Amino acid sequence: MAMLHIVNKSPFEKVTFDSCLGHASAGDSILMIEDAAVGAIDGTAFADKLKAAMADKSVYVLAGDLTARGLSEDRIIDGIKTVDYAGFVDLTADNETTQSWL
Amino acid sequence: MATKKFMFVNRKAPYGTVYALESLEVVLISAAFDQDVSLAFIDDGVYQITKGQDTTTIGQKNFSKAYKALGDYDISKLYVEKESLAERGLTQDDLMDLVWEDEDDDWAEKSSIIIVSREEMAAIMAEQEVTLSF
Repeated sequence: MAMLHIVNKSPFEKVTFDSCLGHASAGDSILMIEDAAVGAIDGTAFADKLKAAMADKSVYVLAGDLTARGLSEDRIIDGIKTVDYAGFVDLTADNETTQSWL
Repeated sequence: MATKKFMFVNRKAPYGTVYALESLEVVLISAAFDQDVSLAFIDDGVYQITKGQDTTTIGQKNFSKAYKALGDYDISKLYVEKESLAERGLTQDDLMDLVWEDEDDDWAEKSSIIIVSREEMAAIMAEQEVTLSF
């Protein structure tokens, strides 16, 4: 069953994001919201881990949380899709289950 | 009511925050609704079920004994991640002896603790219909 994983913690402060990547299955989707949005930026110490996960998982970031932190969409890793709140709702509807990583 | 596969994912140590206790409360409530409940202990969550917890000097209630009641509520699947234990210098010997009684096997006492790899844990998570993270 495809699962939407929602992450809201910065990968530079907590191991939550790492743990999510270690437990998500192929075909799952990962949505970065709140502080997790900083993980979408390319060229960071976390970027390679996320790129590896993107081989068999879809990755999304909530655009409003990027711009709120002064990060423009052209700095995110190629292949990460930005979504707005309506897109967030679509993702929860398109996946059979969700897991909010705390 | 149809039975669903519920998993409670525990990732935080007890006492520093209220997550572990809140998770345990919800787990016990869910048992009353006859669901197929399992628990996952990963990352610092493994500290929730260490044996010998003593909270006398921190002014908080030691709720670790409540995990021993889970078996009586037909909650007999406590998945503990091997990598999370190893990263913290722990083994199954450091965990409480949590058991359940199998009514189909003359009430034989069996361990509720199932040590799994991160890969196995991911597969178990993927089978769940409802996942609640604490």
